[in-house]
Amino acid sequence: MPIISPGFHGRRPTDGKKLPPGQYETYDFPVLSTGPTPHVPLETWELAVVAEDGRRHTWDWAALQKLPMETPTVDLHCVTKWSKFDTEWRGVSLDVLLADVETAADFALVHSYGGYTTNLPLEDLLDGKAWIVHDYDGQELAPEHGGPARLLVPHLYLWKSAKWVRAIELRLDDEPGFWESAGYHNYGDPWQEQRYRGD
Amino acid sequence: MARAAIQGRLGDRLRWRTAEVEDRRTESGTATTLVLSVPDWPGHLAGQHVDVRLTAEDGYSTQRSYSIASVPDGEHLELTVQRIEDGEVSPYLVDTLLVGGLVEIRGPVGGWFVWQPEQAEPVLLVAGGSGIVPLMSMIRTRSSIGSRVPFRLLYSVRDPADRLYADELRKGSPGLDMTYVYTRVTPDGWPRPAGRVEPDDLARHGWPPDFEPTCYVCGPTGFVEKAAAYLVLLGHSPDRVRTERFG
Ligand SMILES: Cc1cc2nc3c(=O)[nH]c(=O)nc-3n(C[C@H](O)[C@H](O)[C@H](O)COP(=O)(O)OP(=O)(O)OC[C@H]3O[C@@H](n4cnc5c(N)ncnc54)[C@H](O)[C@@H]3O)c2cc1C
Repeated sequence: MPIISPGFHGRRPTDGKKLPPGQYETYDFPVLSTGPTPHVPLETWELAVVAEDGRRHTWDWAALQKLPMETPTVDLHCVTKWSKFDTEWRGVSLDVLLADVETAADFALVHSYGGYTTNLPLEDLLDGKAWIVHDYDGQELAPEHGGPARLLVPHLYLWKSAKWVRAIELRLDDEPGFWESAGYHNYGDPWQEQRYRGD
Repeated sequence: MARAAIQGRLGDRLRWRTAEVEDRRTESGTATTLVLSVPDWPGHLAGQHVDVRLTAEDGYSTQRSYSIASVPDGEHLELTVQRIEDGEVSPYLVDTLLVGGLVEIRGPVGGWFVWQPEQAEPVLLVAGGSGIVPLMSMIRTRSSIGSRVPFRLLYSVRDPADRLYADELRKGSPGLDMTYVYTRVTPDGWPRPAGRVEPDDLARHGWPPDFEPTCYVCGPTGFVEKAAAYLVLLGHSPDRVRTERFG
């Protein structure tokens, strides 16, 4: 039984929006990262998908821009407790990037400029569930929010949506990333409130 | 970036525990320290935080993170909460929750933004507003174990009335150098005009990059973004700049 806090009323989201357990709605866009924001010049930017046999598929900025773009509108849920509804993004579906990759992998380990990593099952990147995005709210994505480009996997807590994404390594085994090895949940479903290992 | 260390009995750390408010101390016009007593508290490292959960009578509940201000001390734990006007949780913790009241907490959480006594390198602490809280735990831990690791603290506040832990910091501790930066109002005769932290403040009151200090930067997002970027600009390796953003 939870402890009831007498005199605490709280603030529920308005107009019928649904919040995962323990979250609250925010209207600004807080930042979670472990160190200084890396600044990655577009001239040297590259995204790689690396299959388990070492084969690399790479896109530079111009190549990425030529791919078909989608404009997902999604809710974000950060493990630091805020949720933000109806955020608008523009980017490339992972279905497009992974279409020609030959792999038997079940897992992905995502690497960022700056050294951050996060892991997730490969199927969570497929079927219209994940994008590489570079515009937020009609503007170029700001560096503190992961620009030039970040992963967006909105059905999981936001630490899985690696900022400053650089490579997606496809793996046969599951290798924990930065927060996952620090005791955060390996999967991170906000609706199951999977914040920390064991939740 | 190194991987954060796993430590502690995880299963034990992550269950919700009932914490009782044993004491309250006013730290400034807007901030209060809550002294909590938590049976079976597993201990913590300087810099870690806890999650606090409040539940209303109809079952609605919400959570926020609060850094631990105190040194590891058995079942006792101190949080310092700054009241955010119109906030959902902080006004309740600062104004409504009285001695004897109960809240749920779990933790400690966070294995990266921590200072451990084995670290021998110099330390630079950069705090904006309530960002001083986890850094105070580091300062207190250093003193309590008699560590001689050199610490420097640059603490940015709006005006003198906003300083947290002012008396304790005034007394100081050997090997801890500290400087305030006032962003709106300075005390009389203060040499530096009011204004936000600039690279020059960090160069003057921090360590030279070739001393390879570990830098801990904590506060509101805008403050942390700027201060961490300035440290990198001054030549500190991004690997040695650890940040905690309070939102
Ligand atoms: C790891 C971590 C450690 C933290 N440690 C501490 C701590 O030791 N002491 C402490 O007081 N807080 C700390 N915080 C911040 C704390 O978790 C809450 O965000 C804060 O108390 C505001 O919650 P609220 O419910 O009162 O306001 P909310 O209802 O969440 O917000 C109300 C309004 O205030 C704005 N707001 C939210 N937070 C801040 C802020 N920090 N400054 C200015 N405006 C804000 C929001 O954007 C919103 O517009 C920490 C946060 C994190 C992520």
